[in-house]
Amino acid sequence: MAIDKQVASAAEALAGIKDGAVVFISGFGGAGFPNTLIRGLREQGAKGLTLVVNSATHRYSLTHELIEAGQVAKVICSAARGQGKDLSPFEKLLKAGKIELVCLPQGTFSEAIRAAGAGIPAFYTPVGVGTDLTRGKEVRVFDGREHVLEQAIKGDVALLRADTADQYGNLTFRYSQANFGPVMATAARLSIAEVRTVEPEPIPHTRAQLPGVYIDRVLKAPE
Amino acid sequence: MPTKPLNRLQMAWRAAQDIEDRALVNLGLGMPVAVADYLRPGLDVFFQSENGVVGAGPIAVGEEIDTDLVDAGSRRITLRPGATIIDSASSFAMIRGGHIDVSILGAFEVAANGDLANWDMRVPDKGPLVGGAMDLAACARFLWVIMEHNTRKGAPRLIETCALPLTAKGCVKRVFTDIAVVDVTDKGFVAREILAGLSLDDVKARTGAPLAIAPDCKPLKAPDIALPDA
Repeated sequence: MAIDKQVASAAEALAGIKDGAVVFISGFGGAGFPNTLIRGLREQGAKGLTLVVNSATHRYSLTHELIEAGQVAKVICSAARGQGKDLSPFEKLLKAGKIELVCLPQGTFSEAIRAAGAGIPAFYTPVGVGTDLTRGKEVRVFDGREHVLEQAIKGDVALLRADTADQYGNLTFRYSQANFGPVMATAARLSIAEVRTVEPEPIPHTRAQLPGVYIDRVLKAPE
Repeated sequence: MPTKPLNRLQMAWRAAQDIEDRALVNLGLGMPVAVADYLRPGLDVFFQSENGVVGAGPIAVGEEIDTDLVDAGSRRITLRPGATIIDSASSFAMIRGGHIDVSILGAFEVAANGDLANWDMRVPDKGPLVGGAMDLAACARFLWVIMEHNTRKGAPRLIETCALPLTAKGCVKRVFTDIAVVDVTDKGFVAREILAGLSLDDVKARTGAPLAIAPDCKPLKAPDIALPDA
């Protein structure tokens, strides 16, 4: 039977996500936020989630809706500071001890996800040595320089936004829309892409930026 | 009578003068992004932005604006000719792999051994924000800092040991302040340029660690550049 990964609704795209799932959310600076799927997850209602998202507080992402709704137990990110002096919903929960936080350098964050998708359980990096973010982590010297051991981050679910898909789940991205999406798709057991449009013909290999083998479900979300 | 200290755009201008032709440069948020406006004429420089843009162009205006084309500061930008875009993991591989010639960051403190503190002011209850600062600081071939020589309260930012949480150890090579250009060497801070009208002793008095003077130390000068909100 011919492969066709397109689903009809956000509910169908998000079916089966359980309480306690580790959820990757792509997006950076307003580009590539899967806001249709995030809102769908808000309605789907899974709780106790661990969000793996670059920013817990970015104003263009709807990630904060999941946090405000109390669906999130833990956030792994590189940025969790709200705008201005007032505390963001995330910061209020953090202060109250109601949410757990792991902050990583952004390159360690993205490499930890890449490693998980590439079958590498841990890796040494020179980034963060001697800082608060690597306290207690194993340090080893290579080529005369200290490196810290960082562990891969596997996910249960990846939510990403791309520009176009075909029936096989092959994806194209516009400009800086890709950001964390490609590695997140490789490192999650269930990867879901929302796209502006689903093309009727297979995307030529010269245009496809992520092989559809990494994508399980495609939702058309023109937005 | 001493010349006025450099304003923020003049500091960016001064840092820009040291960028060499064909360099691959990453500019941090705040003052550093203004460096792109003041390159010496005739240079062909690529600006990398850690969200994956290799060849960032000027800020987008009018019909150029596209919400899918942003830089690491979430600013809507354009692309220069020859630009490419990669994903975040590939972008940080480029950074960690040592392919960035010069990274220019803002900072709170720089220590005499090159330690950098620029990500955590210890503001109570505010969440952390590190982004790509640690990757850029640890792995650029040359890390330069643009910052005011002193805090608003007058405390030195060039000091013996950082008091604020570190971004990376021993990484800073050069600091562009409002009153001096200072190199960080094996022997500590060395003034390469001092604001016209100030003496070495004047700058030493505003520096929190020993400051040597380069044999060819020059006066620090910049053209008049008005701040947009001035």
